Amino acid sequence: MRFADHLTIAPIVLPLVAGALLLLFEERRHTLKALINIAATLLLVILCQGLLRKADGGAQASIYLLGNWPAPFGIVLVLDRLSALMLAMTSLLALAALVFALARWHKAGSHFHTLFQFLLMGLNGAFLTGDLFNLFVFFEVFLAASYGLMLHGSGSGRTRAGLHYIAVNLAASFLFLIGVSLIYGVTGTLNMADLAVRIVGVPAESRALLEAGIAILGIAFLVKAGMWPLCFWLPGAYAAAVAPVAAIFAVLSKVGVYAVLRLSPLILGTGGGASAGLADNWLFIGGAATIAFGMIGVLASQVMARLTGFSVLVSSGTLLAAAGMADASVTAGALFYMVSSTLTIGALFLLVELVERAQDPAAGVLAVTMEAYGDDDEEEIEDEVGVAIPGTLAALGLCFGLSGILLAGLPPLSGFLGKFALLSAALGTGGREGVPVTAWIFLALVLTSGLFAMIAMMRAGIRIFWAPVGGTVPKVLVVEFVPVAFLIMLCAAMTVQAGPLMRYADDAARSLHAPAGYIGDVLSAARVAPPEGGKP
Amino acid sequence: MELTLAIGIGVLVGSGVWLLLRPRTYQVIIGLSLIAYGVNLFIFSMGRLRMNAAPVLPSGAPVDPAAYVDPIPQALVLTAIVIGFATTALFLVVLLVSRGQTGSDHVDGREP
Repeated sequence: MRFADHLTIAPIVLPLVAGALLLLFEERRHTLKALINIAATLLLVILCQGLLRKADGGAQASIYLLGNWPAPFGIVLVLDRLSALMLAMTSLLALAALVFALARWHKAGSHFHTLFQFLLMGLNGAFLTGDLFNLFVFFEVFLAASYGLMLHGSGSGRTRAGLHYIAVNLAASFLFLIGVSLIYGVTGTLNMADLAVRIVGVPAESRALLEAGIAILGIAFLVKAGMWPLCFWLPGAYAAAVAPVAAIFAVLSKVGVYAVLRLSPLILGTGGGASAGLADNWLFIGGAATIAFGMIGVLASQVMARLTGFSVLVSSGTLLAAAGMADASVTAGALFYMVSSTLTIGALFLLVELVERAQDPAAGVLAVTMEAYGDDDEEEIEDEVGVAIPGTLAALGLCFGLSGILLAGLPPLSGFLGKFALLSAALGTGGREGVPVTAWIFLALVLTSGLFAMIAMMRAGIRIFWAPVGGTVPKVLVVEFVPVAFLIMLCAAMTVQAGPLMRYADDAARSLHAPAGYIGDVLSAARVAPPEGGKP
Repeated sequence: MELTLAIGIGVLVGSGVWLLLRPRTYQVIIGLSLIAYGVNLFIFSMGRLRMNAAPVLPSGAPVDPAAYVDPIPQALVLTAIVIGFATTALFLVVLLVSRGQTGSDHVDGREP
């Protein structure tokens, strides 16, 4: 086995080792810990870019047999285009969030760096794993780390939101277990590829039980993805978390979406026998309802952080509805949109904290009737130290405007391209019979959600930058501004490189919707031969 | 035996869900624990119930798979117990912090 083949497991091992290493140093050595953390995250970014190349280059998925057991019996890690894309996106967002946290948030509580690395480990593991139970294990790893990060910075508001967040996620985890064990009880396998093979031969009398298992498992994913009506915990929790944590949480909801995108075409796709297409209508209806709920929330939000939290819902809903259409070209658009919207929301969470420093907190809550409160005493908020960059408001305003454009999906940035790819593919799903009604509903919802996002962002932007009431010029460190600019630059780069990226997304979506290749790759993965002369 | 186990799981999960929907944090955590027990038993039962059968196969001698129980649910339930314990303990800490910070054991942090 060549060394390069072992790199498949590196995105799990690297954060694990880095996180464990960070535990050895006492909490006061901030600089050292920050250095280790940033080195590990940088390495992860480079590694994930390498894996992205590797997944794109090969015709086959790279399979890593842990413990050298053949696929249906042992644990496998699978690196294909979809998982490589998720890994790359996560590492880039993590880097930005981490650099932002270095300004001050990483000192606001203990073990920030360790939890951060364990969160990355869980996320990477969830994207790489090829069997359902390990999906659960990695879900728990990143959720446990996210519970800690959610409470980072303390304060009773955070504790309350964290309490709800943990309770909901624990309950969802138990649903996850029930679903997994029901599926195991009926089919006798946990390996996703093997499951896709065996689901065809499930006898009719067990099928109801199997479908119940899949549905329960789906509920667990949809709670994480924040599908309406399972999403009420999400905006509050994300708004309460500190900015860098909220930014990295933008990926967390995408893990649920990832699981749906992975499993729905694999086990319920055209090869699913009598269960084929089981979830599609539910996903579409749920996704559409989520977009509707999210966009109303975006418009109704008085606080920027909540606005961003509801944008997570809009993004999740769009992706779930696209998954419900079960069409390769729609999925390709969805993948592009997912990367773009996740980076945008991450940038926005970071930006929100910077611009809200200019705001009088009390006035921010009462934004609509703000005129009445205009004469409040001006006061400095927080105790920032360091050199403030000149032209802060102009730079922040520019970033704010760009993220508004990205969020609403206006040309020329990648938000527009993602939505355009989604919608043009959705309108083409009907074939010769004309455009199906679902595509029209989808079109209307996506466009309206963009309009609502634009209105909300403009209202907030005017309030913050043009007519600040009782506000001061925020003090922003360069190290805080750079990650925001970095994420927006990434979105701009996605626009420039839209051709290759769409081709990649298209390949990824096509292999998702023709799972025979994935199943063949996993089940036929060769074991490593024992070393010469050694015992097996 | 199946009926006894099924009723047991049903009672555990049912009371767990009821407690989970209560407004006091103590009730919520007891509810989560009860659900965890129910779910663990459920995973265990998904490997089919059998009395006095070992999951470990002897080496060498010819093996009749029908005489053994499925070992995988036992491995799964072990993992699930560990993870369930850890997350419940974590939740307990958060609950105590919330109690200390808000001075109330209501899940919303204040009395309605």
